[in-house]
Amino acid sequence: MLAKRIIPCLDIKNGRTVKGVNFLDLKDAGDPVELAKFYAENMADELVFLDISATEEARKTMVKLVEKIAKTINIPFTVGGGISNLKDVDLILKSGADKVSINSAAVKNPELISEISKQYGNQCVVVAIDAKLIDNNWKVHLVGGKEPTNLDLFEWAKTVERYGAGEILFTSMNHDGTKTGFANSALAKLSGILEIPVIASGGAGSIKDFKDVFVEGKADAALAASVFHFKEIDIKHLKRVLKNKGISVRI
Amino acid sequence: MKITIIDYGAGNVKSIEFALERIGYSSVLTKDANTIKNADRVIFPGVGEASYAMNMLKKSKLNHLIPTLKQPVLGICLGMQLMCQTSEEGETDALGIFDLKVKRFQNTLKVPQIGWNTIFNLKSILFENIPENTYMYLVHSYFVPSNSFCIATSDYGIEYSVAVQKNNFFGVQFHPEKSGVLGEQLLKNFIENTN
Repeated sequence: MLAKRIIPCLDIKNGRTVKGVNFLDLKDAGDPVELAKFYAENMADELVFLDISATEEARKTMVKLVEKIAKTINIPFTVGGGISNLKDVDLILKSGADKVSINSAAVKNPELISEISKQYGNQCVVVAIDAKLIDNNWKVHLVGGKEPTNLDLFEWAKTVERYGAGEILFTSMNHDGTKTGFANSALAKLSGILEIPVIASGGAGSIKDFKDVFVEGKADAALAASVFHFKEIDIKHLKRVLKNKGISVRI
Repeated sequence: MKITIIDYGAGNVKSIEFALERIGYSSVLTKDANTIKNADRVIFPGVGEASYAMNMLKKSKLNHLIPTLKQPVLGICLGMQLMCQTSEEGETDALGIFDLKVKRFQNTLKVPQIGWNTIFNLKSILFENIPENTYMYLVHSYFVPSNSFCIATSDYGIEYSVAVQKNNFFGVQFHPEKSGVLGEQLLKNFIENTN
């Protein structure tokens, strides 16, 4: 049976791992290659690296870092952050990443999704969507959550699926950094209307939150950062508990 | 040991090169017919869309070469599917090494299947030191139905062939280069156990 995936997310700034609480107030949580290796050896199913520096100089550092990571780890990984055209995608994939994650660029130019998917296959296009619940409507936000749009989360997710996205990475801005659980009802709705897998992000604080996101949120994968980076939750232990609760995980 | 990875412009092959490096083997990435013919082991990768990939093979005339190879050949993911007769993806006529038809998963499931799934009924030297029900990493929308060449099975709504073998041709739907230590073991087995 296909396993539910546990995905640590590493925010990268100038070659180092950081994690923002509600996207602000960054803290340093280690060297990305070492951390990646640690996670690969400790039963993480996949990794996501988000480059949040986005200057031209840091971008070059990122490409080098991607190659180092690809040489070191033996599980799949996704790279995102500031990817805006096919050339960026090409560089990242040729350096050894398995997938790219695009966010604002997809909103500005949805054709980019189909271009990537035609050339490399839809499996390597993750469309990341940051959304915030405002007056009972999930509104898509851009630029790391700073810029609101009029797009509705569910309509936008359906649209990117049609353009050829392989997966959706949905971050609830209301939950991100709060450690009070994932946005399960929105996730369940998303999972119900989409054919492609959904990765849940934002709100992981306890083992129960992961159980709930798979059972109630119907997510295919769950992504988290600080609970793993600061060793509040051990992935092996988390998976044993999930397995005991009847959830299919790779142990 | 000369290991060649066929380079026909379809998808990302760096990760296979890196995985081989991790188990102590260097490899050559090439589309040169002679280099491929003279290799001890040939890896036929593939990521992307079937008809696009077939056209790329035809452009470099590798579609004629691959079925004639005599050394052990390992098709990975789309590489395995292209060794079959046809694929529903893009109504593609493939290489025809295996007389099999590649089909699309039913829409009642999440498609593509992305993630780790168990493989079982393991029947080949490829799976030495790999236990039954090992998790391997898969990413695919199309699959090879159960058949007589099957050397490993998986289950995604339906039981299907996740690995096949005919003479010197091996195919695996999963990505051994991305499937942790046991994926690396499979690559090692392909290099060291076949002849």
